[in-house]
Amino acid sequence: MKKTFKIGGVHPNDNKLTSDAIIEVFPVLDTAYISMAQHLGAPAEPIVQKGDKVRVGQVIGKPTGFISGFVHSSVSGTVTSVEPLPDLAGNPVTHVVIAVEGDEWCEEIDRTPDIKRDIPYSSEEIIEKIKNAGIVGLGGAAFPTHVKLNPPKDKKAEFLILNGSECEPYVTADDRIMKERPEEILIGAAIMMKALNVDKAFVGIEENKPQAIASMKKAAEAFPQIEIVTLKKKYPQGGEKQLIDSVTGRRVPSMGLPIDVGVVVQNVGTSLAVYEAVQKNQPLFEGVVTVTGHCVTEQRNFLLRIGTPFSKILDAVGGLPKDAAKFISGGPMMGKAVANIDASTLKGTSAFLLMTEEETRRKEEGNCIRCGKCTEACPMGLEPYLLNKLCRAGNRYDDLEKEKIFDCIECGCCLYTCPANIPLLDIIRINKAEVIKIMRNRPKK
Amino acid sequence: MRKLIVSPAPHIHSKENTKSLMRDVIIALSPSLLVSIYFFGFSAIKLVIVGAFTCVLVEYLIQKYLLHTKVTINDYSAALTGVLLALNLPPNSPWWLILIGSIVAIGIAKMTFGGLGQNVFNPALVGRVFLLISFPALMTDWSIPQSWFRDGIDAVSSATPLALVKEGLAAGQSLPDILAANDFSAKQMLFVKMGGSVGEVSALALILGFIYLLVRRVIKPYIPVAIVGTIFVMTLIFNLIDPAHFTGPAFNILTGGVLLGSIFMATDYATSPMTTKGMIIYGVGIGVITVLIRYFGSYPEGVSFAILIMNATVPLLNKYCKPARFGKEVHNG
Repeated sequence: MKKTFKIGGVHPNDNKLTSDAIIEVFPVLDTAYISMAQHLGAPAEPIVQKGDKVRVGQVIGKPTGFISGFVHSSVSGTVTSVEPLPDLAGNPVTHVVIAVEGDEWCEEIDRTPDIKRDIPYSSEEIIEKIKNAGIVGLGGAAFPTHVKLNPPKDKKAEFLILNGSECEPYVTADDRIMKERPEEILIGAAIMMKALNVDKAFVGIEENKPQAIASMKKAAEAFPQIEIVTLKKKYPQGGEKQLIDSVTGRRVPSMGLPIDVGVVVQNVGTSLAVYEAVQKNQPLFEGVVTVTGHCVTEQRNFLLRIGTPFSKILDAVGGLPKDAAKFISGGPMMGKAVANIDASTLKGTSAFLLMTEEETRRKEEGNCIRCGKCTEACPMGLEPYLLNKLCRAGNRYDDLEKEKIFDCIECGCCLYTCPANIPLLDIIRINKAEVIKIMRNRPKK
Repeated sequence: MRKLIVSPAPHIHSKENTKSLMRDVIIALSPSLLVSIYFFGFSAIKLVIVGAFTCVLVEYLIQKYLLHTKVTINDYSAALTGVLLALNLPPNSPWWLILIGSIVAIGIAKMTFGGLGQNVFNPALVGRVFLLISFPALMTDWSIPQSWFRDGIDAVSSATPLALVKEGLAAGQSLPDILAANDFSAKQMLFVKMGGSVGEVSALALILGFIYLLVRRVIKPYIPVAIVGTIFVMTLIFNLIDPAHFTGPAFNILTGGVLLGSIFMATDYATSPMTTKGMIIYGVGIGVITVLIRYFGSYPEGVSFAILIMNATVPLLNKYCKPARFGKEVHNG
């Protein structure tokens, strides 16, 4: 039986063009540009200087806060500069630029293809290893994984849920790893279960990936505590709160976290990274990136080192398509438009999507016809049309708070579905940040 | 250098837009329209064309010369209002009647509130009720015009079944006698009715349109089902209590614009509630008011009034019938 979340959702065409494209190892280029801001939270502090020699997997940035993580070199060579460079949005971010010489890896990394099944580590050791490997969530938000695996003492995890739903159209990175490396993913899950001290895990996969479901189910025969759950194809099935609702029927409270209902969610890609970090001593410096779009001549899945410029990826897929008008890092529903094509990939980069003007250009905004389609589509049960009205009225933050604008997960269903092309999410996003700021600054009772 | 589009997510949009939704409603109306043209010939065509053209023209003139705003007549919403108004008039209406109705519908009911989506009352119904009050004789003349396709109309009836019943009851006749005298079988009403407005000749054609709207996900079924269900239950109870005075469910549902009103007028986006709960309350309200007007009011039908009265409650229904939020509230300070 296919499970799904109960409120809202939309059905965009899934466009999984690269579902059958085997993961190819992307060649190492002559220069890597590694950003120190790999995720939300505090950026890492570079610990190398110009002229330093580095190897693949060597730490080049160290965390500066609780929600922060290590950054490792993805190449071997000489550091040519540590300087602010524009990120994909064009904002200056400290990068470590490395001129590549050969491909020399740190000795402790186990590069053999053997699968290591025994987990001889304690919970603390696992979390320490994950922290030192700089693993962040690969499902989108790139939240440091060790923080999630270390819930507050008063809250107890009951389940681990692996997110293999990959509900974003076009993206097939998780689909491919579930087909090609299911056992390693499940060992990663077993490692995290040990770290969390839970004895039940689920893997949620959308029904449009039948081969991934089959391969994961086969691999799961050796893991009686891990259950593969087939989910209905509906966006945002992979939203953390929606996935928990789909799989367990539990609803994370408003303003709450998954751990409030006893659940920890990790992406399947993260699970694979955990396997490699714990069993193979390989820190996170590469990941699968889907390069796709109808205008792209060769749509492919690459295993890509972080710090590869997007412009160089284009060269590998037949160059810049003539009619490409928008570059997106990630999927079309929640990905970020790339303003600077020379920006480089991050740990959390899952896809590089090219769209034509016709596919992506926003249409002119019309009057709200009060059709209620945004309300029907909102997976959080909010009323986007009303939020839009209150936002535009100005200074209605109290009302916006009452209407729970802070619950918005920014999935984009409202804007996707609005027949009048009203930029609902754009407006809600700005005001949501404002409301949350006001709520945080409020003196606690 | 090539310029890239940089805008926030989402980067794709569903194919639906205001224009396609309005077009779908017009497509859903086409079976009824074709049946009307078959039965009423040029009269039906004339009303639809004058109605649609006037509505579009009035909206154009107001937007262009009075408001100096962007002209939005190509979203089909004005044309749809004209078509709906035409379908709500008696088939023998003169062309100037719908001209006046259209000016009232767009000029007063729609544009004074700010245009598309801003109006509180259904424009086509405001137009219709304006005409009903201003030209009561014309608006209740149900004689059937000459058709191109059918000559020698077999049953030329001068009143709608509901009006005949009301008159008969007032004259002291008993209900079964009236029904028998006028040969109102359910079958006849389902496929081809005698008296009635342009758009409600065939219940089947209207239901076909309803199914199309549901399949295309233009509307949800709650409002029409709530209206029809309420009328069914209420009339069933009254009919069982006193069959000599109160007409039964099938008769009430198939006459007097219940189907046309509940499928196409009550589901108008701007003037109906947003949430399922609101839609059901709104539909039940329309059903109850319709039956009360029919049984105890002075007008034989009452759907138009019922919808307009419930239109006024929509802002309140939207305020108090919220969708189910995800996750219960916790106060973390």
